[in-house]
Amino acid sequence: MRKLLLYLVPLILFTNISYALIEIDITEGNREPLPLAISEFFHDNNPEVVNKKITENIRTVISDDLERSGLFSSIDNKAFIQNNRAMHLKPRFADWRLIKAQGLLTGELTVEEDRLRVEFRLWDTFAEKEIEGLVLITTIDNWRRISHMIADKIYERLTGEEGYFDTRIVYVAEEGPKNKRIKKLAIMDQDGANHKFLTSGKELVLTPRFNPVRQEITYLSYFKNLPRVYLLNIQTGIQEVVGDFPGMTFAPRFSPDGGKIIMSLAREGNSDLYVMDLTTRVVERLTDSPAIDTSPSYSPDGKRITFNSDRGGSQQIYVMDSNGRNQKRISKEGGNYATPVWSPRGDLIAFTKFYQGQYFIGVMRTDGSGERLLTENWYQEAPSWSSNGRVLIFYRETKANDAGDGHSSSIWSIDLTGFNERKIITPVDASDPSWSKLIQ
Amino acid sequence: MVSTLQNYTRYLVIILFALFLAACETVPKESATSTSSTSSTAVEIKDGVYVGSDTVEMLAIDVPDRIFFAYDSYSLTIAAQNTLKKQAKWLKANGSVTITIEGHADERGTREYNLALGDRRANAAKDYLMTQGISSSRVTTISFGKERPVNSGSNKKAWAQNRRSVTVRTN
Repeated sequence: MRKLLLYLVPLILFTNISYALIEIDITEGNREPLPLAISEFFHDNNPEVVNKKITENIRTVISDDLERSGLFSSIDNKAFIQNNRAMHLKPRFADWRLIKAQGLLTGELTVEEDRLRVEFRLWDTFAEKEIEGLVLITTIDNWRRISHMIADKIYERLTGEEGYFDTRIVYVAEEGPKNKRIKKLAIMDQDGANHKFLTSGKELVLTPRFNPVRQEITYLSYFKNLPRVYLLNIQTGIQEVVGDFPGMTFAPRFSPDGGKIIMSLAREGNSDLYVMDLTTRVVERLTDSPAIDTSPSYSPDGKRITFNSDRGGSQQIYVMDSNGRNQKRISKEGGNYATPVWSPRGDLIAFTKFYQGQYFIGVMRTDGSGERLLTENWYQEAPSWSSNGRVLIFYRETKANDAGDGHSSSIWSIDLTGFNERKIITPVDASDPSWSKLIQ
Repeated sequence: MVSTLQNYTRYLVIILFALFLAACETVPKESATSTSSTSSTAVEIKDGVYVGSDTVEMLAIDVPDRIFFAYDSYSLTIAAQNTLKKQAKWLKANGSVTITIEGHADERGTREYNLALGDRRANAAKDYLMTQGISSSRVTTISFGKERPVNSGSNKKAWAQNRRSVTVRTN
């Protein structure tokens, strides 16, 4: 793992008053993105910065992050009227308003020994003032993370919500025909950069999930034909089986503090929910029904669990206390429900719904009310939340023809509003995505 | 204009189908059903359960290796019970043989639920073998959920063929 040197220094904070240029309405969506002018940062012609096109790259990464959110548009820099170093100190606001920029990002970049110093300011062109400013210091090779962090700061300042760009996605990379599919764990930055395979494909692997606090993944592996829940340390690459269970363990997910894994254990045809404390290794059984209980997910405060069960005769969503008490069905709109995932904000549960031959990704309140279906398709499932609870990623499959060709699997993202649906580009087919929290 | 074209296409389909039927008349009935997936669907799936013989392999002479299930079900049909009886009889006659029963689901279900469903199906078959006097120590089970379809198509017949449990010799 590369060494990360990172200092955040508040630059000049003229105002601490938090205000948002964008009001986010989860049911309406923002149809008109806010136009921003994102300028290339000025620099002192350091050869490494010039050769690696670092200023161009930083601008691209920031622009792409913000544009993908659907809330912002980045104005073509050919339209910029002002383009001199003075704008980083005092922009000619009228020039920026003329090209319809509501916000302006300026910056300077210097290299001192091996360290990259990036200073940026965000300006409100109508209020004519600086609304955010920071200095970030890191190694030169870390320019990409710096870019995501700047994009997060801008998003945060303009929407009033936490950003989600300095994050990663772990997923299952898929290759080969359906009946002999090769599956590997893979990890990448949220924008697809720094892609890396984590397993060789020798064993079937499924459903990876990030630990919310550590650089760790839990997943299902068919190592030695014994399907069990495993842990993988992303930094060391060390894999270990979780616990010593007498049957298949699957559908793992971490508790919000990262200290426990909740999962299903299948014994003699019956699947129930168990939780294992990773420090004490103590295992606790949470459900005891003759039905299938699976896909558990904790509420962000760790006090409750949502899960999938067919105990009532069809697949539905249930909630219970984290000790297994007060089990109660919450889904009620008709159809089959699966893969419930509690929102990091705590107020919503995202799910997969199967209804009249189609698959939907949707959200409902934690009591099952207020169901909203965000997207409909031939097959899609397994939503995973962005760290700020604004965006969901999931995977979607295309139908094969009768010869078995034409099948594909890919990861998509969609806003909680149901707008801004986008395919996430991966080198090969992809499924089972899990989105990390902001990198610490 | 559009409706005329549709009508034309419909006629063309009917003509082609008539020609196809005419061609089939000369070949034996069995191969006719296996070449036409549309007409065989009605015959090969009964109450949602595959009853054909494509994809079925033999553990021994007259001992099929797999049984089929209805959608989201793990009940054993009469045909499935008959197959398992044959397997039990063969296992009794070959006392040193150990087996793994693989449980599988079709692609029309979420991954995690299907893992549990595959486990249910494999265990339904195992339990039946035990009622026929086969010791549980000779039988292991594994669920592959929807991960290992035998038919890669996305149609009713493929799904019916994929909803299965398969008995595999482990020695």
